[in-house]
Amino acid sequence: MDGMLALYIFMLAAFTGYEVISRVPVILHTPLMSGSNFVHGVVLVGGMIALGQAETPLEQAIGFVAVLLGAANAAGGYVVTERMLAMFKAKEKK
Amino acid sequence: MAIKWLIDASYFVAAILFILGLKGMSSPVSARKGIVWAGVGMVLATVVTFLTPGMNNFALMVIAIALGGAVAWVSGKKVAMTDMPQMVAIYNGMGGGAAAAIAAVEFARGEMHGTVVTLLATLGALIGAVSFSGSVVAWAKLQGVMKKAFRLPAQNAVNIVLALVTVAVGGAIVIAPTIDPVLVGAFFVLALVLGIIITLPIGGADMPVVISLFNAFTGLAVGFEGFVMGIPALIIAGIVVGAAGTLLTQLMAKAMNRPISNILFTPMTGAASGGEAVEGEQREVGAMDAAALMRYASKVIIVPGYGMAVAGAQHKVWEMTELLEEAGVEVVFAIHPVAGRMPGHMNVLLAEAGVPYDKIFDLEEINGDFAQADVALVIGANDVVNPSARTDKSSPIFGMPILNADMAQNVIVVKRGKGTGYSGIENALFYKENTRLLYGSAQQAIGEVIQHVKALSV
Repeated sequence: MDGMLALYIFMLAAFTGYEVISRVPVILHTPLMSGSNFVHGVVLVGGMIALGQAETPLEQAIGFVAVLLGAANAAGGYVVTERMLAMFKAKEKK
Repeated sequence: MAIKWLIDASYFVAAILFILGLKGMSSPVSARKGIVWAGVGMVLATVVTFLTPGMNNFALMVIAIALGGAVAWVSGKKVAMTDMPQMVAIYNGMGGGAAAAIAAVEFARGEMHGTVVTLLATLGALIGAVSFSGSVVAWAKLQGVMKKAFRLPAQNAVNIVLALVTVAVGGAIVIAPTIDPVLVGAFFVLALVLGIIITLPIGGADMPVVISLFNAFTGLAVGFEGFVMGIPALIIAGIVVGAAGTLLTQLMAKAMNRPISNILFTPMTGAASGGEAVEGEQREVGAMDAAALMRYASKVIIVPGYGMAVAGAQHKVWEMTELLEEAGVEVVFAIHPVAGRMPGHMNVLLAEAGVPYDKIFDLEEINGDFAQADVALVIGANDVVNPSARTDKSSPIFGMPILNADMAQNVIVVKRGKGTGYSGIENALFYKENTRLLYGSAQQAIGEVIQHVKALSV
Protein backbone atom coordinates (compact mmCIF):
# COMPACT_ATOMS: atom_id res chain seq x y z
CA MET A 1 0.00 0.00 0.00
CA ASP A 2 1.12 3.53 -0.70
CA GLY A 3 2.67 4.85 2.53
CA MET A 4 1.38 8.40 2.10
CA LEU A 5 -2.15 7.18 1.43
CA ALA A 6 -1.96 5.00 4.55
CA LEU A 7 -0.83 8.03 6.54
CA TYR A 8 -4.00 9.86 5.47
CA ILE A 9 -6.11 6.88 6.51
CA PHE A 10 -4.34 6.84 9.91
CA MET A 11 -5.00 10.54 10.38
CA LEU A 12 -8.68 10.47 9.42
CA ALA A 13 -9.36 7.31 11.44
CA ALA A 14 -7.71 8.86 14.51
CA PHE A 15 -9.93 11.96 14.30
CA THR A 16 -12.97 9.78 13.72
CA GLY A 17 -12.24 7.70 16.82
CA TYR A 18 -11.71 10.82 18.90
CA GLU A 19 -14.94 12.46 17.68
CA VAL A 20 -17.08 9.35 18.07
CA ILE A 21 -16.05 8.94 21.70
CA SER A 22 -16.01 12.55 22.82
CA ARG A 23 -19.78 12.75 23.30
CA VAL A 24 -20.24 9.46 25.17
CA PRO A 25 -21.85 9.74 28.63
CA VAL A 26 -19.93 8.22 31.54
CA ILE A 27 -22.62 5.58 32.06
CA LEU A 28 -21.65 3.98 28.76
CA HIS A 29 -17.88 3.98 29.27
CA THR A 30 -17.64 0.36 30.32
CA PRO A 31 -19.82 -1.01 27.49
CA LEU A 32 -17.96 1.29 25.11
CA MET A 33 -14.55 0.04 26.19
CA SER A 34 -15.90 -3.45 25.69
CA GLY A 35 -17.45 -2.46 22.34
CA SER A 36 -14.24 -0.92 21.03
CA ASN A 37 -12.48 -4.04 22.27
CA PHE A 38 -14.85 -6.01 20.03
CA VAL A 39 -14.16 -3.79 17.02
CA HIS A 40 -10.41 -4.45 17.10
CA GLY A 41 -11.37 -8.13 17.01
CA VAL A 42 -11.33 -7.57 13.24
CA VAL A 43 -7.67 -8.54 13.69
CA LEU A 44 -9.19 -11.97 13.04
CA VAL A 45 -9.30 -11.11 9.33
CA GLY A 46 -5.58 -10.31 9.34
CA GLY A 47 -4.90 -13.57 11.16
CA MET A 48 -6.90 -15.54 8.59
CA ILE A 49 -4.95 -14.04 5.70
CA ALA A 50 -1.64 -14.64 7.51
CA LEU A 51 -2.59 -18.28 8.13
CA GLY A 52 -3.87 -18.61 4.56
CA GLN A 53 -0.45 -17.66 3.23
CA ALA A 54 1.52 -19.73 5.76
CA GLU A 55 3.68 -22.51 4.31
CA THR A 56 6.09 -23.96 6.87
CA PRO A 57 4.81 -25.71 10.03
CA LEU A 58 6.15 -22.82 12.14
CA GLU A 59 4.20 -20.27 10.10
CA GLN A 60 1.11 -22.45 10.29
CA ALA A 61 1.43 -22.80 14.06
CA ILE A 62 1.80 -19.07 14.65
CA GLY A 63 -0.94 -18.31 12.13
CA PHE A 64 -3.22 -20.76 13.92
CA VAL A 65 -2.57 -18.93 17.21
CA ALA A 66 -3.31 -15.60 15.51
CA VAL A 67 -6.69 -16.82 14.22
CA LEU A 68 -7.51 -18.52 17.54
CA LEU A 69 -6.81 -15.37 19.57
CA GLY A 70 -8.49 -13.09 17.05
CA ALA A 71 -11.64 -15.22 17.01
CA ALA A 72 -11.72 -15.23 20.83
CA ASN A 73 -11.32 -11.43 20.89
CA ALA A 74 -14.20 -10.95 18.44
CA ALA A 75 -16.61 -13.53 19.89
CA GLY A 76 -15.96 -12.70 23.54
CA GLY A 77 -16.03 -8.97 22.91
CA TYR A 78 -19.39 -9.23 21.19
CA VAL A 79 -21.05 -11.40 23.84
CA VAL A 80 -20.07 -9.32 26.87
CA THR A 81 -20.87 -6.01 25.17
CA GLU A 82 -24.27 -7.23 24.02
CA ARG A 83 -25.04 -8.58 27.50
CA MET A 84 -24.20 -5.26 29.14
CA LEU A 85 -26.11 -3.13 26.65
CA ALA A 86 -29.19 -5.36 26.77
CA MET A 87 -29.64 -4.29 30.41
CA PHE A 88 -29.79 -0.57 29.77
CA LYS A 89 -33.37 0.57 29.67
CA ALA A 90 -35.23 3.70 30.63
CA LYS A 91 -37.85 3.70 33.37
CA GLU A 92 -41.04 2.14 32.02
CA LYS A 93 -44.09 4.33 32.17
CA LYS A 94 -46.59 2.70 34.49
CA MET B 1 -11.30 -9.87 -10.43
CA ALA B 2 -14.97 -9.82 -9.50
CA ILE B 3 -14.13 -11.66 -6.29
CA LYS B 4 -11.44 -9.16 -5.36
CA TRP B 5 -13.95 -6.38 -5.92
CA LEU B 6 -16.51 -8.14 -3.74
CA ILE B 7 -13.96 -8.59 -0.93
CA ASP B 8 -12.80 -4.98 -1.04
CA ALA B 9 -16.37 -3.69 -1.12
CA SER B 10 -17.30 -5.88 1.86
CA TYR B 11 -14.32 -4.63 3.90
CA PHE B 12 -15.39 -1.09 3.05
CA VAL B 13 -18.94 -1.74 4.27
CA ALA B 14 -17.57 -3.45 7.39
CA ALA B 15 -15.44 -0.39 8.20
CA ILE B 16 -18.53 1.85 7.89
CA LEU B 17 -20.52 -0.50 10.13
CA PHE B 18 -17.77 -0.44 12.80
CA ILE B 19 -17.78 3.36 12.93
CA LEU B 20 -21.59 3.56 12.90
CA GLY B 21 -21.67 0.90 15.61
CA LEU B 22 -19.31 2.83 17.87
CA LYS B 23 -21.32 5.98 17.19
CA GLY B 24 -24.51 4.15 18.14
CA MET B 25 -22.92 3.13 21.42
CA SER B 26 -22.59 6.78 22.38
CA SER B 27 -26.23 6.95 23.52
CA PRO B 28 -28.12 4.52 25.78
CA VAL B 29 -31.05 4.55 23.35
CA SER B 30 -29.13 3.34 20.32
CA ALA B 31 -26.33 1.47 22.08
CA ARG B 32 -27.71 -2.01 21.55
CA LYS B 33 -28.32 -1.34 17.87
CA GLY B 34 -24.72 -0.11 17.70
CA ILE B 35 -23.12 -3.36 18.84
CA VAL B 36 -25.38 -5.36 16.50
CA TRP B 37 -24.26 -3.26 13.52
CA ALA B 38 -20.63 -3.72 14.45
CA GLY B 39 -21.36 -7.44 14.77
CA VAL B 40 -22.82 -7.58 11.26
CA GLY B 41 -19.69 -5.84 9.98
CA MET B 42 -17.51 -8.43 11.71
CA VAL B 43 -19.41 -11.41 10.27
CA LEU B 44 -19.32 -9.86 6.78
CA ALA B 45 -15.56 -9.21 6.96
CA THR B 46 -14.84 -12.71 8.27
CA VAL B 47 -16.99 -14.51 5.68
CA VAL B 48 -15.60 -12.72 2.62
CA THR B 49 -12.04 -13.33 3.81
CA PHE B 50 -12.55 -17.03 3.06
CA LEU B 51 -12.93 -16.05 -0.63
CA THR B 52 -9.46 -14.43 -0.76
CA PRO B 53 -7.64 -15.95 -3.77
CA GLY B 54 -4.58 -18.12 -3.19
CA MET B 55 -5.20 -19.06 0.43
CA ASN B 56 -4.39 -22.42 2.02
CA ASN B 57 -4.88 -24.06 5.41
CA PHE B 58 -8.66 -23.68 5.42
CA ALA B 59 -9.12 -26.63 7.79
CA LEU B 60 -6.77 -25.10 10.35
CA MET B 61 -8.55 -21.78 9.93
CA VAL B 62 -12.00 -23.20 10.59
CA ILE B 63 -10.78 -25.17 13.60
CA ALA B 64 -9.09 -22.09 15.10
CA ILE B 65 -12.17 -19.92 14.58
CA ALA B 66 -14.53 -22.55 15.99
CA LEU B 67 -12.30 -23.24 18.99
CA GLY B 68 -11.41 -19.66 19.90
CA GLY B 69 -14.88 -18.37 19.14
CA ALA B 70 -16.72 -21.07 21.09
CA VAL B 71 -14.56 -20.86 24.22
CA ALA B 72 -14.83 -17.06 24.32
CA TRP B 73 -18.55 -17.10 23.53
CA VAL B 74 -19.38 -19.53 26.34
CA SER B 75 -17.15 -17.83 28.93
CA GLY B 76 -18.57 -14.46 27.92
CA LYS B 77 -22.11 -15.72 28.45
CA LYS B 78 -21.29 -17.07 31.90
CA VAL B 79 -19.16 -14.32 33.42
CA ALA B 80 -20.71 -12.37 36.30
CA MET B 81 -21.23 -8.63 35.77
CA THR B 82 -18.88 -7.84 38.66
CA ASP B 83 -16.10 -9.72 36.85
CA MET B 84 -16.57 -7.78 33.61
CA PRO B 85 -13.36 -5.68 33.80
CA GLN B 86 -11.04 -8.67 33.86
CA MET B 87 -13.05 -10.33 31.10
CA VAL B 88 -12.62 -7.29 28.86
CA ALA B 89 -8.93 -7.33 29.80
CA ILE B 90 -8.42 -10.92 28.71
CA TYR B 91 -10.31 -10.56 25.41
CA ASN B 92 -8.34 -7.42 24.72
CA GLY B 93 -5.08 -9.23 25.49
CA MET B 94 -6.03 -11.89 22.95
CA GLY B 95 -6.51 -9.23 20.27
CA GLY B 96 -3.05 -7.86 21.07
CA GLY B 97 -1.61 -11.36 20.95
CA ALA B 98 -3.25 -11.94 17.57
CA ALA B 99 -1.71 -8.74 16.18
CA ALA B 100 1.72 -9.78 17.46
CA ALA B 101 1.26 -13.28 15.99
CA ILE B 102 0.39 -11.81 12.58
CA ALA B 103 3.65 -9.86 12.68
CA ALA B 104 5.47 -13.06 13.68
CA VAL B 105 4.06 -14.92 10.66
CA GLU B 106 5.16 -12.10 8.36
CA PHE B 107 8.66 -12.16 9.90
CA ALA B 108 8.80 -15.94 9.50
CA ARG B 109 7.80 -15.67 5.83
CA GLY B 110 10.56 -13.09 5.42
CA GLU B 111 8.61 -11.17 2.80
CA MET B 112 8.61 -7.65 4.16
CA HIS B 113 8.88 -5.04 1.46
CA GLY B 114 10.52 -1.81 2.46
CA THR B 115 11.58 -0.13 5.69
CA VAL B 116 8.16 1.39 6.41
CA VAL B 117 6.43 -2.00 6.32
CA THR B 118 9.07 -3.58 8.57
CA LEU B 119 8.96 -0.62 10.93
CA LEU B 120 5.17 -0.78 11.35
CA ALA B 121 5.20 -4.57 11.64
CA THR B 122 7.80 -4.29 14.40
CA LEU B 123 5.94 -1.51 16.20
CA GLY B 124 2.66 -3.43 15.99
CA ALA B 125 4.39 -6.56 17.28
CA LEU B 126 5.87 -4.65 20.23
CA ILE B 127 2.61 -2.95 21.19
CA GLY B 128 0.52 -6.07 20.64
CA ALA B 129 2.85 -8.28 22.68
CA VAL B 130 2.98 -5.77 25.57
CA SER B 131 -0.81 -5.52 25.47
CA PHE B 132 -1.09 -9.32 25.49
CA SER B 133 1.15 -10.14 28.45
CA GLY B 134 0.12 -7.00 30.35
CA SER B 135 -3.56 -7.82 29.96
CA VAL B 136 -2.99 -11.34 31.22
CA VAL B 137 -1.35 -9.91 34.36
CA ALA B 138 -4.23 -7.41 34.75
CA TRP B 139 -6.71 -10.27 34.45
CA ALA B 140 -4.82 -12.35 37.03
CA LYS B 141 -4.80 -9.47 39.49
CA LEU B 142 -8.48 -8.60 39.21
CA GLN B 143 -9.48 -12.25 39.21
CA GLY B 144 -7.56 -12.69 42.47
CA VAL B 145 -5.18 -15.27 41.02
CA MET B 146 -2.36 -12.90 41.78
CA LYS B 147 -3.00 -11.23 45.12
CA LYS B 148 -0.31 -8.66 45.78
CA ALA B 149 1.19 -5.75 43.95
CA PHE B 150 4.71 -6.84 43.23
CA ARG B 151 7.56 -4.38 43.01
CA LEU B 152 11.08 -5.04 41.88
CA PRO B 153 13.87 -3.07 43.52
CA ALA B 154 14.47 0.01 41.33
CA GLN B 155 11.33 -0.82 39.36
CA ASN B 156 11.37 2.32 37.23
CA ALA B 157 15.01 1.88 36.23
CA VAL B 158 14.33 -1.74 35.27
CA ASN B 159 11.28 -0.67 33.23
CA ILE B 160 13.22 1.97 31.35
CA VAL B 161 16.26 -0.21 30.66
CA LEU B 162 14.07 -3.10 29.48
CA ALA B 163 12.02 -0.79 27.26
CA LEU B 164 15.17 0.73 25.73
CA VAL B 165 16.72 -2.70 25.08
CA THR B 166 13.48 -3.90 23.46
CA VAL B 167 13.27 -0.82 21.23
CA ALA B 168 16.97 -1.19 20.33
CA VAL B 169 16.46 -4.82 19.27
CA GLY B 170 13.37 -3.76 17.31
CA GLY B 171 15.41 -1.02 15.64
CA ALA B 172 18.08 -3.56 14.69
CA ILE B 173 15.39 -5.72 13.02
CA VAL B 174 14.15 -2.76 11.01
CA ILE B 175 17.64 -1.69 9.88
CA ALA B 176 18.99 -5.20 9.12
CA PRO B 177 18.90 -6.03 5.38
CA THR B 178 17.59 -9.56 6.01
CA ILE B 179 15.41 -10.87 8.80
CA ASP B 180 17.41 -12.55 11.56
CA PRO B 181 15.28 -15.22 13.32
CA VAL B 182 17.32 -15.01 16.55
CA LEU B 183 16.85 -11.26 16.75
CA VAL B 184 13.11 -11.60 16.07
CA GLY B 185 12.73 -14.30 18.72
CA ALA B 186 14.60 -12.21 21.30
CA PHE B 187 12.44 -9.22 20.40
CA PHE B 188 9.19 -11.06 21.08
CA VAL B 189 10.45 -12.47 24.39
CA LEU B 190 11.61 -9.00 25.49
CA ALA B 191 8.28 -7.41 24.52
CA LEU B 192 6.28 -10.02 26.43
CA VAL B 193 8.48 -9.63 29.53
CA LEU B 194 8.13 -5.84 29.26
CA GLY B 195 4.32 -6.11 29.38
CA ILE B 196 4.52 -8.25 32.52
CA ILE B 197 7.07 -6.05 34.29
CA ILE B 198 5.13 -2.84 33.59
CA THR B 199 1.83 -4.25 34.87
CA LEU B 200 3.03 -6.18 37.95
CA PRO B 201 3.48 -3.25 40.37
CA ILE B 202 0.16 -1.58 39.50
CA GLY B 203 -2.51 -1.89 42.19
CA GLY B 204 -6.09 -3.00 41.66
CA ALA B 205 -7.54 0.50 41.93
CA ASP B 206 -5.51 1.76 38.99
CA MET B 207 -6.11 -1.33 36.88
CA PRO B 208 -9.12 -0.01 34.90
CA VAL B 209 -7.00 2.79 33.46
CA VAL B 210 -4.34 0.27 32.51
CA ILE B 211 -6.88 -2.04 30.85
CA SER B 212 -8.20 0.92 28.89
CA LEU B 213 -4.65 1.85 27.89
CA PHE B 214 -3.97 -1.70 26.69
CA ASN B 215 -7.25 -1.56 24.75
CA ALA B 216 -5.95 1.49 22.91
CA PHE B 217 -2.59 -0.29 22.43
CA THR B 218 -4.25 -3.30 20.83
CA GLY B 219 -6.17 -0.97 18.51
CA LEU B 220 -2.92 0.64 17.34
CA ALA B 221 -1.23 -2.75 16.93
CA VAL B 222 -4.15 -3.97 14.79
CA GLY B 223 -3.99 -0.77 12.73
CA PHE B 224 -0.25 -1.21 12.07
CA GLU B 225 -0.59 -4.87 11.14
CA GLY B 226 -3.48 -3.85 8.87
CA PHE B 227 -1.00 -1.70 6.96
CA VAL B 228 1.47 -4.58 6.77
CA MET B 229 -1.24 -6.91 5.39
CA GLY B 230 -2.63 -4.17 3.12
CA ILE B 231 -6.17 -4.28 4.50
CA PRO B 232 -7.62 -0.77 5.00
CA ALA B 233 -10.54 -2.10 7.10
CA LEU B 234 -8.04 -3.26 9.73
CA ILE B 235 -6.25 0.08 9.64
CA ILE B 236 -9.49 1.99 10.12
CA ALA B 237 -10.94 -0.23 12.85
CA GLY B 238 -7.59 -0.39 14.68
CA ILE B 239 -6.77 3.31 14.56
CA VAL B 240 -10.35 4.36 15.43
CA VAL B 241 -10.16 2.15 18.53
CA GLY B 242 -6.64 3.36 19.26
CA ALA B 243 -7.77 7.01 19.25
CA ALA B 244 -11.02 6.33 21.09
CA GLY B 245 -9.22 4.18 23.67
CA THR B 246 -6.61 6.87 24.26
CA LEU B 247 -9.30 9.46 24.90
CA LEU B 248 -11.19 7.07 27.18
CA THR B 249 -7.98 6.38 29.12
CA GLN B 250 -7.41 10.10 29.57
CA LEU B 251 -10.97 10.62 30.79
CA MET B 252 -10.56 7.84 33.36
CA ALA B 253 -7.19 9.06 34.57
CA LYS B 254 -8.59 12.58 34.86
CA ALA B 255 -11.55 11.34 36.89
CA MET B 256 -9.11 9.73 39.32
CA ASN B 257 -6.79 12.74 39.30
CA ARG B 258 -3.93 10.39 38.49
CA PRO B 259 -1.89 11.30 35.41
CA ILE B 260 -1.19 8.20 33.31
CA SER B 261 2.54 8.57 33.89
CA ASN B 262 1.92 8.43 37.66
CA ILE B 263 -0.12 5.27 37.36
CA LEU B 264 2.59 3.55 35.34
CA PHE B 265 5.57 4.77 37.32
CA THR B 266 4.49 5.50 40.91
CA PRO B 267 1.85 2.97 41.93
CA MET B 268 -0.41 3.98 44.81
CA THR B 269 0.43 0.98 46.97
CA GLY B 270 2.69 2.05 49.80
CA ALA B 271 1.91 5.73 49.34
CA ALA B 272 -1.43 5.19 51.03
CA SER B 273 -0.07 5.86 54.51
CA GLY B 274 -0.13 9.66 54.05
CA GLY B 275 -2.85 12.02 55.24
CA GLU B 276 -3.64 13.64 58.57
CA ALA B 277 -5.02 11.57 61.40
CA VAL B 278 -8.76 12.12 61.77
CA GLU B 279 -10.12 13.35 65.10
CA GLY B 280 -13.49 12.40 66.52
CA GLU B 281 -15.53 9.27 66.83
CA GLN B 282 -17.80 7.23 64.63
CA ARG B 283 -21.48 7.23 65.59
CA GLU B 284 -23.54 4.15 65.00
CA VAL B 285 -27.14 3.95 63.82
CA GLY B 286 -29.54 1.00 63.84
CA ALA B 287 -31.44 -0.26 60.81
CA MET B 288 -34.75 0.99 62.27
CA ASP B 289 -33.54 4.59 62.71
CA ALA B 290 -31.91 4.54 59.30
CA ALA B 291 -35.20 3.35 57.78
CA ALA B 292 -37.18 6.09 59.53
CA LEU B 293 -34.71 8.75 58.46
CA MET B 294 -35.12 7.81 54.81
CA ARG B 295 -38.85 7.00 54.91
CA TYR B 296 -39.67 10.53 56.10
CA ALA B 297 -37.11 12.29 53.94
CA SER B 298 -38.14 14.14 50.81
CA LYS B 299 -34.93 13.45 48.91
CA VAL B 300 -32.43 10.60 49.28
CA ILE B 301 -29.24 10.28 47.23
CA ILE B 302 -27.69 6.82 47.16
CA VAL B 303 -23.92 6.59 46.60
CA PRO B 304 -23.10 2.99 45.68
CA GLY B 305 -19.54 1.68 45.64
CA TYR B 306 -17.82 -1.48 44.63
CA GLY B 307 -18.45 -2.91 48.12
CA MET B 308 -22.16 -2.99 47.32
CA ALA B 309 -21.56 -4.93 44.13
CA VAL B 310 -19.24 -7.43 45.81
CA ALA B 311 -21.91 -8.05 48.45
CA GLY B 312 -24.41 -8.55 45.61
CA ALA B 313 -26.70 -6.03 47.29
CA GLN B 314 -27.80 -4.04 44.22
CA HIS B 315 -31.10 -5.92 43.96
CA LYS B 316 -31.90 -5.19 47.63
CA VAL B 317 -30.95 -1.56 47.14
CA TRP B 318 -33.33 -1.28 44.18
CA GLU B 319 -36.10 -2.99 46.19
CA MET B 320 -35.58 -0.43 48.97
CA THR B 321 -35.59 2.40 46.41
CA GLU B 322 -38.95 1.28 45.03
CA LEU B 323 -40.43 1.09 48.55
CA LEU B 324 -39.20 4.59 49.35
CA GLU B 325 -40.57 5.94 46.08
CA GLU B 326 -43.97 4.43 46.81
CA ALA B 327 -43.85 6.35 50.09
CA GLY B 328 -43.26 9.55 48.12
CA VAL B 329 -39.53 9.94 48.64
CA GLU B 330 -37.43 11.12 45.70
CA VAL B 331 -34.52 8.69 45.34
CA VAL B 332 -31.63 9.05 42.89
CA PHE B 333 -28.25 7.41 42.47
CA ALA B 334 -24.96 9.29 42.36
CA ILE B 335 -22.12 7.55 40.59
CA HIS B 336 -18.50 8.54 40.84
CA PRO B 337 -16.59 8.11 37.57
CA VAL B 338 -14.41 5.41 39.11
CA ALA B 339 -17.10 3.66 41.16
CA GLY B 340 -16.83 -0.03 40.49
CA ARG B 341 -13.72 -1.01 38.69
CA MET B 342 -14.11 0.86 35.44
CA PRO B 343 -15.92 4.08 34.57
CA GLY B 344 -19.50 3.06 33.95
CA HIS B 345 -19.07 -0.33 35.63
CA MET B 346 -21.41 0.66 38.47
CA ASN B 347 -24.03 1.74 35.92
CA VAL B 348 -23.90 -1.74 34.41
CA LEU B 349 -24.28 -3.35 37.83
CA LEU B 350 -27.25 -1.13 38.70
CA ALA B 351 -28.81 -1.74 35.29
CA GLU B 352 -28.53 -5.48 35.97
CA ALA B 353 -30.59 -4.96 39.14
CA GLY B 354 -33.25 -3.12 37.11
CA VAL B 355 -32.44 0.49 38.01
CA PRO B 356 -33.46 2.69 35.04
CA TYR B 357 -30.60 4.81 33.72
CA ASP B 358 -32.54 8.06 34.07
CA LYS B 359 -32.34 7.74 37.88
CA ILE B 360 -28.56 7.59 37.74
CA PHE B 361 -26.48 10.75 37.74
CA ASP B 362 -22.78 11.34 37.45
CA LEU B 363 -20.56 13.56 39.55
CA GLU B 364 -21.01 16.89 37.74
CA GLU B 365 -24.77 16.48 37.44
CA ILE B 366 -25.46 15.67 41.07
CA ASN B 367 -22.85 17.35 43.22
CA GLY B 368 -24.90 20.54 43.56
CA ASP B 369 -27.91 18.54 44.79
CA PHE B 370 -26.39 17.06 47.94
CA ALA B 371 -27.04 20.25 49.88
CA GLN B 372 -30.78 19.83 49.24
CA ALA B 373 -30.81 16.12 50.09
CA ASP B 374 -32.11 14.98 53.47
CA VAL B 375 -30.12 11.79 53.40
CA ALA B 376 -27.04 10.61 51.52
CA LEU B 377 -26.83 6.83 51.76
CA VAL B 378 -23.28 5.61 51.12
CA ILE B 379 -23.08 1.89 50.45
CA GLY B 380 -19.68 0.27 50.13
CA ALA B 381 -18.03 3.43 48.82
CA ASN B 382 -15.13 5.07 50.60
CA ASP B 383 -12.46 7.19 48.89
CA VAL B 384 -14.95 8.71 46.43
CA VAL B 385 -16.80 10.44 49.29
CA ASN B 386 -13.75 11.35 51.39
CA PRO B 387 -13.83 15.13 52.03
CA SER B 388 -10.07 15.04 52.74
CA ALA B 389 -9.66 15.04 48.96
CA ARG B 390 -10.87 18.65 49.05
CA THR B 391 -9.04 19.90 52.13
CA ASP B 392 -6.07 17.79 53.25
CA LYS B 393 -3.03 18.47 51.09
CA SER B 394 -1.09 15.60 52.65
CA SER B 395 -3.72 13.04 51.73
CA PRO B 396 -2.75 10.71 48.88
CA ILE B 397 -6.10 11.40 47.22
CA PHE B 398 -5.90 15.19 47.57
CA GLY B 399 -7.36 16.86 44.49
CA MET B 400 -9.41 13.87 43.34
CA PRO B 401 -12.95 15.01 42.50
CA ILE B 402 -15.35 13.51 45.04
CA LEU B 403 -19.09 13.24 45.54
CA ASN B 404 -20.10 15.83 48.14
CA ALA B 405 -22.06 13.37 50.28
CA ASP B 406 -20.89 15.22 53.41
CA MET B 407 -23.03 18.22 52.41
CA ALA B 408 -26.31 16.34 52.83
CA GLN B 409 -28.38 16.95 55.97
CA ASN B 410 -27.72 13.40 57.15
CA VAL B 411 -25.23 10.84 55.94
CA ILE B 412 -25.72 7.14 56.48
CA VAL B 413 -22.75 4.93 55.69
CA VAL B 414 -23.28 1.20 55.32
CA LYS B 415 -19.98 -0.41 56.25
CA ARG B 416 -18.77 -3.84 57.25
CA GLY B 417 -16.61 -2.74 60.17
CA LYS B 418 -14.53 0.07 61.59
CA GLY B 419 -11.42 -0.38 59.43
CA THR B 420 -10.26 1.69 56.48
CA GLY B 421 -11.27 0.59 52.99
CA TYR B 422 -9.60 -0.86 49.90
CA SER B 423 -6.99 1.89 49.67
CA GLY B 424 -6.24 2.08 53.41
CA ILE B 425 -6.88 5.83 53.58
CA GLU B 426 -8.68 7.22 56.65
CA ASN B 427 -12.04 8.80 55.73
CA ALA B 428 -12.99 12.04 57.49
CA LEU B 429 -16.63 11.63 56.40
CA PHE B 430 -17.09 8.76 58.83
CA TYR B 431 -16.28 11.04 61.79
CA LYS B 432 -18.52 13.97 60.92
CA GLU B 433 -21.32 15.29 63.16
CA ASN B 434 -24.07 14.42 60.72
CA THR B 435 -22.74 11.01 59.77
CA ARG B 436 -24.13 7.76 61.15
CA LEU B 437 -22.67 4.33 60.50
CA LEU B 438 -24.85 1.34 59.81
CA TYR B 439 -22.65 -1.69 60.40
CA GLY B 440 -23.10 -4.95 58.55
CA SER B 441 -22.74 -6.40 55.08
CA ALA B 442 -24.65 -4.33 52.52
CA GLN B 443 -26.91 -7.27 51.70
CA GLN B 444 -28.00 -7.84 55.30
CA ALA B 445 -28.08 -4.17 56.40
CA ILE B 446 -30.27 -3.06 53.48
CA GLY B 447 -32.45 -6.15 54.00
CA GLU B 448 -33.14 -5.01 57.57
CA VAL B 449 -33.83 -1.45 56.42
CA ILE B 450 -36.38 -2.81 53.93
CA GLN B 451 -38.22 -4.63 56.73
CA HIS B 452 -38.39 -1.46 58.80
CA VAL B 453 -39.48 0.71 55.86
CA LYS B 454 -42.28 -1.78 55.19
CA ALA B 455 -43.33 -1.65 58.85
CA LEU B 456 -43.44 2.16 58.73
CA SER B 457 -45.55 2.17 55.57
CA VAL B 458 -48.39 0.00 56.88
